[in-house]
Amino acid sequence: MTRKITFSQAVNEAIDILMERDKKVILIGEDVAGGATVDHLQDEEAWGGVFGVTKGLGNKYGRKRVIDMPIAEAGYMGAAVAAAVTGLRPISELMFNDFIGSCLDEVLNQGAKMRYMFGGKAKVPLTIRTNHGAGASAAAQHSQSLYGMFTAIPGLKVVVPSTPYDAKGLLISAIEDDDIVVFFEDKTLYSMKGDVPEGYYKIPLGKADVKRKGEDLTIVAIGKMVHTALKAAEELASKGIQTEVIDPRSLSPLDEEPILQSVEKTGRLIIVDEANPRCSVAADISALVADKGFDSLDAPIKMITAPHSPVPFAANLEKLYIPSSDQVIKAALELVNNLTLMR
Amino acid sequence: MNKEKAYWIYTKMHEIRKFEDQVHKIFLTGAIPGFVHLYAGEEAIAVGVCAHLNEKDYITSTHRGHGHCIAKGCDLNGMMAEIFGKETGLCKGKGGSMHIADLDVGMLGANGIVGGGFPLAVGAGLTAYVEGTNGVTVCFSGDGANNHGTFHEGINIAAALNLPVVFVVENNGFGEATPFEYATSAKSIVDRAQAYNIPGVKVDGKDVVAVYEAAQKAVERARNGEGPTLIEAVTYRNYGHFEGDSQTYKSETDKQKWPVEEDCIDRFREFALENGLLTQEKAEAIETSVEAAVQEAVEFAENSSQPSAETLTEDVYADYQ
Repeated sequence: MTRKITFSQAVNEAIDILMERDKKVILIGEDVAGGATVDHLQDEEAWGGVFGVTKGLGNKYGRKRVIDMPIAEAGYMGAAVAAAVTGLRPISELMFNDFIGSCLDEVLNQGAKMRYMFGGKAKVPLTIRTNHGAGASAAAQHSQSLYGMFTAIPGLKVVVPSTPYDAKGLLISAIEDDDIVVFFEDKTLYSMKGDVPEGYYKIPLGKADVKRKGEDLTIVAIGKMVHTALKAAEELASKGIQTEVIDPRSLSPLDEEPILQSVEKTGRLIIVDEANPRCSVAADISALVADKGFDSLDAPIKMITAPHSPVPFAANLEKLYIPSSDQVIKAALELVNNLTLMR
Repeated sequence: MNKEKAYWIYTKMHEIRKFEDQVHKIFLTGAIPGFVHLYAGEEAIAVGVCAHLNEKDYITSTHRGHGHCIAKGCDLNGMMAEIFGKETGLCKGKGGSMHIADLDVGMLGANGIVGGGFPLAVGAGLTAYVEGTNGVTVCFSGDGANNHGTFHEGINIAAALNLPVVFVVENNGFGEATPFEYATSAKSIVDRAQAYNIPGVKVDGKDVVAVYEAAQKAVERARNGEGPTLIEAVTYRNYGHFEGDSQTYKSETDKQKWPVEEDCIDRFREFALENGLLTQEKAEAIETSVEAAVQEAVEFAENSSQPSAETLTEDVYADYQ
């Protein structure tokens, strides 16, 4: 049965279902339960994660499977890698994706390369759950969107869901996958509600989803930007421009075909990505279409991204930092007018 | 220690020494590509520790990993082929000297990153803890790694969660070309155990019997659920940090003292002969068979093919290329 639940509950359900099914699935991280060994709590969890996303799992599965870690990301992220290689199927939470600075070696040089370096003998069924995104006044060290960094690393799979439905189905696939999957949750989407089926279902990794169909313009948008793109598409429709919105959902592997096919149909492409623009996923998709879909293009490819700056604290600046539907509409109109002139 | 154990120890120490001496010689001819970091001189540590491990136990290792591999039971032919970059190597030629691994014998890989092994050892310990096996993981490291953040994070997590991990630091006096005394603020690495509230034992790393005894206690503690131990084994490497290292930082006195007067294999041979654990004949028989096994490994590597071009993009992911 489908009902409306939040993004956060969808993530929680995915973990719950797999912890129930498979004893090898464990959850580790900083305060994933919280309050370990506090006498008066008598093993009851304190937090269930800093955003409460994993609430209830510590109480249900106990502290031997929901393990609070010291604030030592290198130590426990490396441990998660080896726990995966030696037989568990861990979910390791990196509280904010910004903290990758403290444990990049464990992901980049250990986990991501193990299977290859060991001639295919190693299997690393690890899911790294982490949150990203600006818009919560969390400033420069708690607001970045760093999925591009991970997408650049061979051996990692990268997932950025935009809806509760996608989050649950993709996380189930991620946890059951035999490679490291870095799973990005936008902190400003946690309270968003959407239709989510009860029970177990999977959305395959590496499959894009067309979130809106259209003939005039293609927008590829990542994570929360899917909603920005959909809002813009609505507005553009009232001006007679039919926009196709594609949500890649997985950045690695990237489902190239739907993007190329859509551009073949529309001749125009905008990529909306909240990350910084240099060496980004937006730039990567742009290069892909320039390389494999050049003949389809009737206008230049446009990237709507954050500026090349850290995320600011002041609310007015932070609002300017995040790509807006107005920016998307402006770019869309330019592209369409361009085409009209050319014709 | 019984005779059987003594034979095993003498065999493994010899295997490591002969293997490394061969790699040293062949490297000079140019037949081995890349970087190699030889373990010769430190045999007593890997062998004395691994003598207490079974196939289900794990070890993590370092740049200087050949000795750990051999002591944990990696196949000599597969190792040599890996170092040559051949398809018959333990990692199909795609890891090389710094990444030799064999999960089937519990060898979680040499490691190209100083300090890379600590968190990994904690993870293998975590698996044993969650699954309730009585498996033990040994984390080998060098003195160069004891100033790395992962040393401290790893030992702290293992101690805080009471995980079955034994940390063995091989203090060979130099982290690359920098003396231990210069780089480390502590007088002794083992002093750092106190900060993590775990036992710390400093042993003569040239004395395999001392290492064997210290490791026995540490491995037993871990197996019985009593948590981690830190062992510092003082040693010296016979060769440089890497092959091709001019070793100008080594003193003439040390170069005479450690590899010659304090050689760990000579010392064990003498001890074993004196204590009736080994006879002259048995010792010679072991030496001969090891010599043959290492020679066979070299021929196996030389006669193996390079990996085929299509393997370039194989094994990046488990389910697609």
